[in-house]
Amino acid sequence: MFKIVEKYALNTTTDYLSVYAPRIAAKALPGQFIIFRLHEKGERVPLTIAGYDREAGTVSVIFQKVGRSTMELGECRVGDEILDFVGPLGTPSHLDGYCRVAVIGGGLGCAIAYPQAKYLHEHGAKVDIIAGFRTRELIILEKEMAACADTLTVLTDDGSNGSRGLVTDGLKAKIEAGADYDLVIAIGPPVMMKFVCLLTREYGIKTVVSMNPIMIDGTGMCGGCRVTVGGETKFACVDGPDFDGHAVDFDELIRRNRMYQTQEQEARDQHCNLMKMADNAEN
Amino acid sequence: MPNMQMNKVPMPEACPAERRRSFEEVARGYTAEDAILEAQRCLNCKNKPCVSGCPVQVRIPDFIAKVAEGKFEEAYTIIRGTNALPAVCGRVCPQENQCEGKCIRGIKGESVAIGRLERFCADYHMANMAEQNKTEPAADALRVAVIGSGPAGLSCAGELAARGYRVTVFEAFHIPGGVLVYGIPEFRLPKAIVQAEIDNLKAMGVEICQDMVVGRTVTVDELFDEGFAAVFIGTGAGLPGFLGIPGENSCGVYSANEYLTRVNLMKAYREDYSTPVLKAKRVAVVGGGNVAMDAARCAMRMGSDEVSIVYRRSEAEMPARKEEIHHAKEEGIIFRMLTNPVSIAADERGFVTAMTCDVMELGEPDASGRRRPMPTGEQITLPVDAVIVAVGTSPNPLIRMTTPGLDTDRRGCILAPDGVSTSREGVFAGGDAVTGAATVILAMGAGRDAAEKIDTYCKNKFGLN
Repeated sequence: MFKIVEKYALNTTTDYLSVYAPRIAAKALPGQFIIFRLHEKGERVPLTIAGYDREAGTVSVIFQKVGRSTMELGECRVGDEILDFVGPLGTPSHLDGYCRVAVIGGGLGCAIAYPQAKYLHEHGAKVDIIAGFRTRELIILEKEMAACADTLTVLTDDGSNGSRGLVTDGLKAKIEAGADYDLVIAIGPPVMMKFVCLLTREYGIKTVVSMNPIMIDGTGMCGGCRVTVGGETKFACVDGPDFDGHAVDFDELIRRNRMYQTQEQEARDQHCNLMKMADNAEN
Repeated sequence: MPNMQMNKVPMPEACPAERRRSFEEVARGYTAEDAILEAQRCLNCKNKPCVSGCPVQVRIPDFIAKVAEGKFEEAYTIIRGTNALPAVCGRVCPQENQCEGKCIRGIKGESVAIGRLERFCADYHMANMAEQNKTEPAADALRVAVIGSGPAGLSCAGELAARGYRVTVFEAFHIPGGVLVYGIPEFRLPKAIVQAEIDNLKAMGVEICQDMVVGRTVTVDELFDEGFAAVFIGTGAGLPGFLGIPGENSCGVYSANEYLTRVNLMKAYREDYSTPVLKAKRVAVVGGGNVAMDAARCAMRMGSDEVSIVYRRSEAEMPARKEEIHHAKEEGIIFRMLTNPVSIAADERGFVTAMTCDVMELGEPDASGRRRPMPTGEQITLPVDAVIVAVGTSPNPLIRMTTPGLDTDRRGCILAPDGVSTSREGVFAGGDAVTGAATVILAMGAGRDAAEKIDTYCKNKFGLN
């Protein structure tokens, strides 16, 4: 059992959660993930590690309440226990030896991009962060990102924060203005990562993306997380989750991530209806 | 006077029409009367050919003699002397190639039903045993880490605990049991049986740590740092192979590992579990082994209209047990032999719609001694909405990637010249992690051998335990 030691909302759909898991905290590195299973009948869900405190023995994750399991996790309180919490899984990001890096985060992807930017910044790289959100209310980690970036650009699809644009617009502006990146890291929805990669390919800038496909075990035994990279099938859980963005077949990834869309919708509706009934019963 | 009936006492089984949609156990087990009658068929041969066919040398004629006398608990004790998991082995061992394959009665008629009798004794023991007192290893007992809680790990842990060691088993999944819980389905091996065997080990003082991925959460070297005197690697062969054909990453193409894990371990067949799995109408399972049979029979139970086994050789070359093939056929699984997949087609959303296969014929024998399948030039296209690939597995790379000095071969199998000792001092290995995918009983035998080697190693290095 793994105790929740801290939890708060970052916005209406996104929560921060810190869990006491000393073995994982001792080994976690940027780019790695955990798998949680909340209760006996729950799914195993992978979440990228957002932070870790080796001394306190805690590991934090940031997640969006989009499906039944993440909604159930969102309903937990400090002091509650998570049945299973496994990790750190995946190969850590290779972040050493870079001088000038653009870190691109899309929505929840910022939660994963942030520890990478922090690591790079702490190890002497010049870091520009470009973060994109749908709208102002969904912006997360603005202060934290500002603290570990030489420049931070926050853009919204609807311009509600005063800066309308896509992350690709922001990145292109930086490159055109003369930023000589030796690495671009793009983490966010697959379609965003796809377009960042199309752009950086034009400029010949090495680009690393982080995959978050459907998986069960996270140790290489199910093969559910397979992605095509450079024409070869890779397992995101052990070979990744980071891959060369110019070699990833994003269209296949997008299709595979929608494999259980119908079932997920049904499970979500069922869960929401149940919660509504509970609310009404209380009133 | 022995019972000279030519055939085994039949195994009571659920009828195919009902069981094909149910996860309840198919083979219901002998009654005490059945068991005694069957035990009386044993001729109690002097040179015991059956024992030589058993990878863990169960004293077969001795336990069968006890069954014939109605002394079932004594029979169980004899089996348990050399076999840590009799309830499991009685159900999943390929007895026809082992003990029963050597049975004199099998020369004319059917062999003695050794597997069924073993299962009967184990089930009898479970149903009638008294609450086991928990024993603890001595305070100064040496600690041994066992990685993996499948057949190899469990048998190694049990044997070490019996020899007085303090054993900790590390399991990556949230439930211990390895392939016994994620792979072999409920209708062939009820999970309550596996759990009972694990509870047995816990009562012997074995500690089981779930959610521990050795190679990630902790490494083999860190286990030594934590004070373990020796490490046993029984991590099996869990890395699924694929066909490498176009369209294989379409939605609806599963490895057998993934499909079986979703259905068995994650209980996708039960409404009250959150696990999603595609409810496919027409399923093709590629492969000819026991895992392929398990996947096909699970797909049928998940409500598919049509499930077929697609295999590139003919039925004669199939590695699956005859009994599994027979059960699958009874349940309405279609067998498409000499059929080799070449591509998988999908719709615009990426979901599988069809699989195209070469029609094959058998040529000259190949390296495996089986006749090599060759394309005839003819092709067929099967309309399917799910494909389950069951063409074999290889050892997981996590431990070899994170354990310097641990030698492995080209296939990723750990090198152990004597079967269980590795290139690293104090590190032992056994089961599929060493041999590549094989059987439950061979893995158990290796686990037991390793325990003996670990005992000798510890005694030499640290003095008497």
